[in-house]
Amino acid sequence: MTTPTDFLLWVRGPGFDIALVVFILGVIIRLLEVLVLGRKHDYSEPRGGELGPGLKTVVTRTLPETGSFKRAPFTVIGGYIWHIGFFISLFLFVPHIELINATLGLSWPGIASNLVDAVAAVTIVTLIAMLFSRLTHPVKRYLSGPEDYLTWLVTFLPMLTGYLAYHRMIDPYPLVLGLHILSVEVLMIVFPFTKLMHAFTFFIARWYNGAMSGRRGVQS
Amino acid sequence: MADHMKRFRQTLGESLRERGVSRRGFLKYCTATASMMALPPTMVPAVAAALEKAKRPSVIWLSFQECTGCTESITRSHSPSLENLIFDHISLDYHHTLQVASGDAAEAAREAAMHENEGKYLVVVDGSIPLGNPGFSTIAGISNLQMMEETVAGAAAVIAVGSCAAFGGLPQANPNPTGAASVSDIVHDKPVVNVSGCPPIPTVITGVLAHFLTFGSLPELDALGRPMVFYGQSIHDRCYRRPFYDKGLFAETFDDEGARKGWCLYRLGCKGPMAYNACATTKWNQGVSWPVESGHGCLGCSEPDFWDAGGFYNALSIPDSDIIRNAGIVTAAGVALGAAAGALNRSTRAKAAAKHETVTIDDLDRKS
Repeated sequence: MTTPTDFLLWVRGPGFDIALVVFILGVIIRLLEVLVLGRKHDYSEPRGGELGPGLKTVVTRTLPETGSFKRAPFTVIGGYIWHIGFFISLFLFVPHIELINATLGLSWPGIASNLVDAVAAVTIVTLIAMLFSRLTHPVKRYLSGPEDYLTWLVTFLPMLTGYLAYHRMIDPYPLVLGLHILSVEVLMIVFPFTKLMHAFTFFIARWYNGAMSGRRGVQS
Repeated sequence: MADHMKRFRQTLGESLRERGVSRRGFLKYCTATASMMALPPTMVPAVAAALEKAKRPSVIWLSFQECTGCTESITRSHSPSLENLIFDHISLDYHHTLQVASGDAAEAAREAAMHENEGKYLVVVDGSIPLGNPGFSTIAGISNLQMMEETVAGAAAVIAVGSCAAFGGLPQANPNPTGAASVSDIVHDKPVVNVSGCPPIPTVITGVLAHFLTFGSLPELDALGRPMVFYGQSIHDRCYRRPFYDKGLFAETFDDEGARKGWCLYRLGCKGPMAYNACATTKWNQGVSWPVESGHGCLGCSEPDFWDAGGFYNALSIPDSDIIRNAGIVTAAGVALGAAAGALNRSTRAKAAAKHETVTIDDLDRKS
């Protein structure tokens, strides 16, 4: 008899192992490829240091540039809301912290579950609004390819299934919890092969931008 | 025997009166039963009328690969409760733990009950059925499978009591040495009600029987064949510690401040969110307490595979495998492969640079 519990046990057992292998292998290989290749040696005489501006740019690029904020406030604000909401849902919900504690031995206090619930609801609505904007705005639509829609979907599904699981909107619970974990596994597997890698590579890109500008003695 | 036959013909109402149960006591029981079955108060007179007139149905209780915990649960239902009396007022014609007769006499009682009540009797099964080898579990030389198939053939319905009968339970736990199967794995042509739990709450078992007596039919079942009225909601949803879960207040160990203050036991492995049962409302031992109230998380014993569903003290969200070890191996492999890929890219770049031919203005002039 295949029951929802069997499904949950599979996604929490072999399914998770498969996703973990693909995720870690993929991310490390891609990062090392970038780092080992390095950049072309710059023979020019340096006009400034690389370290300070490099580190500074990693931080300062987190803030929106005034020009793009004025041109596309919805994209900028929406992007902030859903990224922050995603991180709050991921890292401050106690069942997630338990998972990280069991995996990495790191633990920190969570926040009230119903607060996470409210944040998750806002995040889900924002993600839908962002997709709507992507589909209706002619320039965004023109710039979007299949990968953009795929990455939206694999990011959206864990939020949606997590919300459904928390509110127990699908019965029985092992089924909806299993679907939630499965959606995260899909995200983990897709992650290294798509632009989702920016979660790791943005440090490198910003560092290079800042460091190169610093070397030339210009503001980054 | 004459007395037995008289009792057999008695209605439940007559029998209860004979035992000194007042009308008021009887109606209180009917009200409790109606509310337990989620029926509106207007249905109480109907329940009372039906129970009053109900004839004692014959019940054959088959115990297979089990620990007798389910029988213990029933017999320790707070005696002398009305539930107990109800139990007295079914005709329990065969139950090899409780009956006086043994050997051939016991088997004869079972066969007699089957013939006298052909098509009308209820079969209660507790324990799983070994399919690996018929010799793994036998009663009076008859294999469990054969006895069940024989007995179920003329039954009105089958009630699988306990998680072993309902889902295979502990005997079916990995690596399932006896090839244990649940009742519903084997019985397909009769209605099967799963009354899961390890053991199930006594009231839940008697409640299902009361439903059968009242309506002559079996209650509404969930996807796993369990009565919705008892298994319709999760422990988590009915738990009195739920507000602490919502507020993010958790006990971290069994004797920390949180545990003393009665905070949520999720982090200590409570399986309440995935367990569907009536413990949180019905409670145990005359409504004295239940596992979560006593400070221990729910084991999820009413769910399939609860024995294999991860450590009892691991939070529900934790994967079962050794993640740190797996992640370590994969990280090492990733570093090796990444370094190799990086080295390959570097060598490709170096080769491209070596092949690069420098072109001067003179060369271009010559070519044009």
